[in-house]
Amino acid sequence: MDGLRLDGNAAAGLLQDIFGMDVTVADGTCDGCGATEALGAVHVYLAAGTVLRCPHCESVLMSVVRSERRLWVDVRGVRSLELRTP
Amino acid sequence: MTLLLDVDGWSGHRAGQHVDVRLTAEDGYQAQRSYSIASAPDAGMLELTVERIDDGEVSPYLTGDVRAGDQFELRGPVGGYFVWDPDVRGDVLLVGGGSGVVPLMAMARQRAADGDDVPTRLLYSARSWDVVIYRDELQRLTGNGFEPSFTLTRERPDGWTGYTGRVDDALLEQVVPGEPAATFVCGPTPFVEAVAAALVRRGHAPERIKTERFGPTGG
Repeated sequence: MDGLRLDGNAAAGLLQDIFGMDVTVADGTCDGCGATEALGAVHVYLAAGTVLRCPHCESVLMSVVRSERRLWVDVRGVRSLELRTP
Repeated sequence: MTLLLDVDGWSGHRAGQHVDVRLTAEDGYQAQRSYSIASAPDAGMLELTVERIDDGEVSPYLTGDVRAGDQFELRGPVGGYFVWDPDVRGDVLLVGGGSGVVPLMAMARQRAADGDDVPTRLLYSARSWDVVIYRDELQRLTGNGFEPSFTLTRERPDGWTGYTGRVDDALLEQVVPGEPAATFVCGPTPFVEAVAAALVRRGHAPERIKTERFGPTGG
């Protein structure tokens, strides 16, 4: 499993599709353990979809599945997200 | 293999960012991969250095079949997290494993282009001297506070005086005197995790260590 682990960076393009801005520098708070990290620093696993996990407790923060014309986004593991607006 | 791309409407990038390259087959099948940008922001052409994965879906095209004048879809620059901060004060440590050196090279190039003298140490781990990317340029950039060092893990040329073996606690002890203000580690997942863990064991603050892992995503 370790070999497939990437950083939030690796999902930067996908997250940009969802949020319309770069959120790898946004701070996300894990609903599981309360830790806060830049999304660029969380763990990412790529399989049929993209799963973001907390680097401290490994709880799922967010998962995204893409089909040809749709994105399904589950963000229930993120308690809050602090975005920097231009 | 290095590609120079002339990108329509390129908005410029920051050293350390990547692009997503998407190829679409005639039947509509799409494959997408991320590649780090090797060029400095003001270099004119966008430079990507791509490692060929023989059974991959994108890299065999980019390293073999692509011809001058071909067009393909590219998104970016993406990712504002693993980027060089031109205003950084204090020492910087760059640690690259294999082609993980690519985004670090963009940083070294930007630093040189800016005439920046912030003390920057690059530790580059490679299997052997012949697979070290940008060898000559790295030697040329040496000085003005930039100090590259190399460790070879499998083979070394006769008379090699650089480091040997993997980046571990003992090697870091020799190469990295104190705690840098900022550290960037890029390479295959096991490499990045081993280096980051060793730095944290030395007492370096995890929040000052930025990592970019790349995994076996099919090339």
